[in-house]
Amino acid sequence: MSRKDTAHGLLVSPIRNGTVIDHITAGEALNVLRILGITGSTNECLSIATNVESRRLGKKDIVKIENRELRKEEVDRIALLAPQARINIIREYEVVEKKGVEIPRVIKGVVRCPNPGCITNTNEPVESTFEVLDKGLHCLYCDWLIKGNIANHII
Amino acid sequence: MYHIISIRDFEREDLDHLLDRAEVFETGRYTPGLLKDRLVALLFFEPSTRTRMSFAAALARLGGQSISVDSVEASSIVKGETLADTIRVVSGYVDAIVLRHPKEGAARLAAEFSSVPVINAGDGAGQHPSQTLLDLYTIRKSMPLDGIDAGLLGDLRYGRTAHSLALALSLYGVTLHTIAPTGLEMPVNIAVELRERGVEVVEHASVEEAIRELDVLYVTRIQRERFPDTASYYNVASSYRITTQLLEGVRDHLMILHPLPRAGEIDPAVDRTPYARYFEQARNGVPVRMALLHEVMR
Repeated sequence: MSRKDTAHGLLVSPIRNGTVIDHITAGEALNVLRILGITGSTNECLSIATNVESRRLGKKDIVKIENRELRKEEVDRIALLAPQARINIIREYEVVEKKGVEIPRVIKGVVRCPNPGCITNTNEPVESTFEVLDKGLHCLYCDWLIKGNIANHII
Repeated sequence: MYHIISIRDFEREDLDHLLDRAEVFETGRYTPGLLKDRLVALLFFEPSTRTRMSFAAALARLGGQSISVDSVEASSIVKGETLADTIRVVSGYVDAIVLRHPKEGAARLAAEFSSVPVINAGDGAGQHPSQTLLDLYTIRKSMPLDGIDAGLLGDLRYGRTAHSLALALSLYGVTLHTIAPTGLEMPVNIAVELRERGVEVVEHASVEEAIRELDVLYVTRIQRERFPDTASYYNVASSYRITTQLLEGVRDHLMILHPLPRAGEIDPAVDRTPYARYFEQARNGVPVRMALLHEVMR
């Protein structure tokens, strides 16, 4: 959160334990939650701020998740949508760990293959599996290439 | 374990090795009964004549035996069994599985669940590597694959055999000439991938424009179901028909190939010209599949 925000009071209150995802590309906060599998029906206590002023990004989104520390593979999924995101792990109001996100080489079970003929869109016991390439996501089962908006394909 | 799933999994030396082996099998320079006592499951969950019969013939020629499922209706899939379970069970009965399935990626899935080698005999609109190998084999019998001018004609949007052949040929520094009706052009991502692999891809508006520059013309079926009505299908199909007149002035060694079945893309009069090589191509399915079966079970 920028100093300017602090001067006018915090937009969202600090959390005692959990994860703060900062520097999310503006407008992607809700998609970041989707990619983490956090929906209205899950139990997490969330604070979301969108289009917050940021010196680095102009505008950014912030998500705070109470009482949940994100695992490495969860963190890296975020990189698909918000490669500049920073993850802060909070314990007793203190930041105990800060990390960036790394684009994973392969993602499993996160994105649905848009090809209706793909074997992963059936009742078979397999997860969708995509190789992350510069030009998009490549389905390792049917060779389909997802270019552009990945958020539309999140499971 | 050695599975044959997609042409993308092969390096040039792998392809060359398999083509060399096919040549050995075609010329009869091998020990009879190489696959004696080996049992192979031919799981064909989609119709097929040539592929199924040539795998069966290839196996029989090597002394092996097959058991088969010929349709979804005749299998436990109608009872709701997943392909994964079918494969786990069947791989306990046999030494290898040859699979044709309507879903893309089915063979990749099968390989994950199988305890024996899996050969992909076509997965929906996806991959059909044994077809590509026999296409390459047919060309290589007449000319070196390196640097040839190969034309791909017909449905290049949905035609899996054309995509797969194009990817394989990209390992041999060829120039690809594409000729497709509007709406059935090669998907952009495949054309981009080919160019990234260093292939020169030249798009042509008509067969007439390209045919005199070609060493190989690979014709694919224009599928009637892709058109809104019969009239528009005939309109397009007739403009992509190979006739004897069209062949005037072509290179002497031009080979016309077709994965078959053909619908009307090639006039039967062309069959009598030296350029027509599609029946020889179909026949090459046997030595190529002998090479594949032997390779995965040796």
